[in-house]
Amino acid sequence: MPAATPKRDEVRFTGFGGQGMAVLGYILGRAAAVYDGKNATMTQSYGPEARGGASSSQVIICDGPVYYPYVIVPNVMVAMSQEGYTKFRENLTDDGKMLVDEDLVSLAPDEDLDRVYRIPATRFAEELGRKIVANIVMLGFLSALTDFVSDEAIRKAIADSVPRGTVDLNMKAYEKGRAHGQQVAGDRSTKAEA
Amino acid sequence: MAEDRRVLTGEHFLNGDHACAEGAMAAGCKFFGGYPITPSSEIAERMSERLPEVGGIYLQMEDELASMNAILGAAWGGWKSMTCTSGPGFSLMMENLGLGVVLETPCVLVNIQRGGPSTGLPTLVGQADMMQARWGSHGDYEIIALAPNSPQEMFDLTYKAFDLSERYRVPTLVMSDECVGHMSEKVVIPPAGKMPEVQRKYTTKKPGEYLPFDHPAGGVAPMVKAGDGYNIHVTGLTHDERGYPVINAEAQDVMVRHLIDKINKNRDDIIDVEEIDVEGADVIIVSYGISSRTCYRALDMAKEEGLKVGMFRLVTVWPFPEEQVRELAKRVKAFVVVELNFGQIYYEVERCACGNAATYLVPHAGGDIHDPADILAALKEAAK
Amino acid sequence: MTTPGEVTTAEPMAPEQHPMSRFLREDRMPHIWCSSCGLGTTLTCFIMAVVESGIDPKDMAVISGIGCTGRVAGYLNFDSFHTTHGRAIPFATGLALANPDLRVVVYSGDGDLVAIGGNHFIHAARRNMDILCVCVNNFTYGMTGGQAGPTTPITAKATTAPYGSYEYPFNIPYLAVASGANYVARWTALHMRRLKNSFREAINKKGFRVIEIISPCPTAFARKNRLGTGLDVLKYYHANSIIQHGADPKDADIEMGGKIIVGKFLDVDRPCYRDYVTESISRQLGGK
Repeated sequence: MPAATPKRDEVRFTGFGGQGMAVLGYILGRAAAVYDGKNATMTQSYGPEARGGASSSQVIICDGPVYYPYVIVPNVMVAMSQEGYTKFRENLTDDGKMLVDEDLVSLAPDEDLDRVYRIPATRFAEELGRKIVANIVMLGFLSALTDFVSDEAIRKAIADSVPRGTVDLNMKAYEKGRAHGQQVAGDRSTKAEA
Repeated sequence: MAEDRRVLTGEHFLNGDHACAEGAMAAGCKFFGGYPITPSSEIAERMSERLPEVGGIYLQMEDELASMNAILGAAWGGWKSMTCTSGPGFSLMMENLGLGVVLETPCVLVNIQRGGPSTGLPTLVGQADMMQARWGSHGDYEIIALAPNSPQEMFDLTYKAFDLSERYRVPTLVMSDECVGHMSEKVVIPPAGKMPEVQRKYTTKKPGEYLPFDHPAGGVAPMVKAGDGYNIHVTGLTHDERGYPVINAEAQDVMVRHLIDKINKNRDDIIDVEEIDVEGADVIIVSYGISSRTCYRALDMAKEEGLKVGMFRLVTVWPFPEEQVRELAKRVKAFVVVELNFGQIYYEVERCACGNAATYLVPHAGGDIHDPADILAALKEAAK
Repeated sequence: MTTPGEVTTAEPMAPEQHPMSRFLREDRMPHIWCSSCGLGTTLTCFIMAVVESGIDPKDMAVISGIGCTGRVAGYLNFDSFHTTHGRAIPFATGLALANPDLRVVVYSGDGDLVAIGGNHFIHAARRNMDILCVCVNNFTYGMTGGQAGPTTPITAKATTAPYGSYEYPFNIPYLAVASGANYVARWTALHMRRLKNSFREAINKKGFRVIEIISPCPTAFARKNRLGTGLDVLKYYHANSIIQHGADPKDADIEMGGKIIVGKFLDVDRPCYRDYVTESISRQLGGK
């Protein structure tokens, strides 16, 4: 094992089965590993149900080899279900970011609002015509708010991971989420400066 | 076209199951007979898509008994063949794994372990089939089993399993687990020129001179395939070098000794382990598969606490690296064995430690991985 | 019952070769089959059919399971495989797919093929796999002493059915036809010429082909049920067999003391498994 600890980022995605939490983890991992030249590990947990039920995935992104393949303390958590938010919200680094689908998750009364980033991902997806791309909207949002995987790499990974014939739709979803993320980030920095 | 499609050259982000299928493809596997079972089905799915691209055949069998037999038949038809399964299916394959052993038939069996016994935890991890891999079929024999701990190793070790199975004419097991099977990581696959198809050695002798079950000095006889004109006879009964049944104690001794010797006498060639900071360590972790990935974390935590800890990772589980463990036992205080069961490889380590080092187990029933803190606690206890 | 022995040292006495010697592993004689067992007869018919078909034995492979019939693989001087109990068909499936130039024959007994191996039988038929499946049916597990099996007629006695069997037996032609075989025939070990012709016809066909041969087991089944010697059983076949080509196989049940309907039940040319694979893959991937 290397003496110097390489930079390690950890992301946890939680939602329902069928929302594409594993796909989300896969695309992010693929972007980092194949197109950004880093190492990435994606793991998932799932139950016997093909749809519904709790679903989560984790991605570790590291400049060096990923030895321990699971989240220790995530820097980013994405919650697309109430259950996932409640279950994992305590476990986030102090400066970690909590990304939530604002229509699906009600924040806890004691939630630290500074770390929360809200997006109506599912509603945006419905406006685009396909609720199923809500996860990609969320990926765009994540891309705008973090820097451990490049925008270019994520776009490439989306293009070769989603079903043929849906690339345009998914790109639109990604851009929609990303635009919202940039706006939220912009508002935050304006607010911070004020 | 067929040749170009064999090796999926390049950098990919694959889950372990898919990487395993690609390792088999690179090795030149042409036949997959299997029965879908979670969490191994992704291997079958990938093979069903990939094999037709190289003129091979994927056949979904009616059960695991059929799967194991079909890959043996395909091997004698001249194709490299494999199957994959998990838990209950592994149990069903055991009888005919023994047939493969006694017929000295090269083939590969992948077990993506889940929690047992019985139906157990279909979607969750386990590592409790390790002794079944060694002793699961009736009778005496030796087997080769490899334990990958990453998608890259799922590719590399599946390829290697084909190579070992051909060189020793023995069914070779890839004993993976649900976590490694479903984990996605970067998998780098060299160009086809660097990944030659695994070759089967065929006899150059003429019919009448050729003995299909000869055992030249700890080695194995080259093969023929059905249709080559040798009129071979192949039987699961105890047999002589010709393959003819001989039902007596002498023939049994010669045949079983050969099945054992061909593996045991080549342990140095077969066995592969990973050693981390073993020199100067007081305590050594022994682990394999997904558990070894958890141990990397425990190793870091132990070092932060100033413990002198190393790791001995089993890449080859069977044959067990007895000599290496015996030697280590003379130099260290203790072994801590980390596996998702209540003691399987642990007893092997304890046996080989010969009382020279204490042996601790960090047990886990499966369904999840170890908490690195539990491993750390065991390391502290062992270092006392 | 018998000692599966090695080659004996009996002095060579026949100056001439047996006309079938090139098809048999003479170094494995004598065989283990009982006097007046029907298996030798069925094997003779099979070899005669191979000779008449003009196929080089080198292009054939024979796979057996376990049991008296399972020993066929050990005596035929072809590439031959003696597998585990019930598993001849899946082994043959892999072999046939890996080497499509081989004519693959499964030669085994009723217990092996439709009890422990029953699932493989129906699925190989369903897939219409390129296998000629010969099922020698003696209504019992002969090698192990005469236990009841999947074809033991109701009321027939066996070592594990001392009060008579209470179970309905399988009607093998009906099972084969229903499962999707291309060719289904039944003969007794008495119908040598017709059996040979059926073998020859089936050897030259594709897909899953089933030939059931009703065969005497003088040592176990006949003795347990007081049916006399093997010859007496053949006389029974002579008196009670009804040749009825094209009969509806559902009418071909076998009962103790009843008639035995024999003949060719089915002869069709459904595309076999490999035809589908080849056609489908070349259509979708543009040739291999």
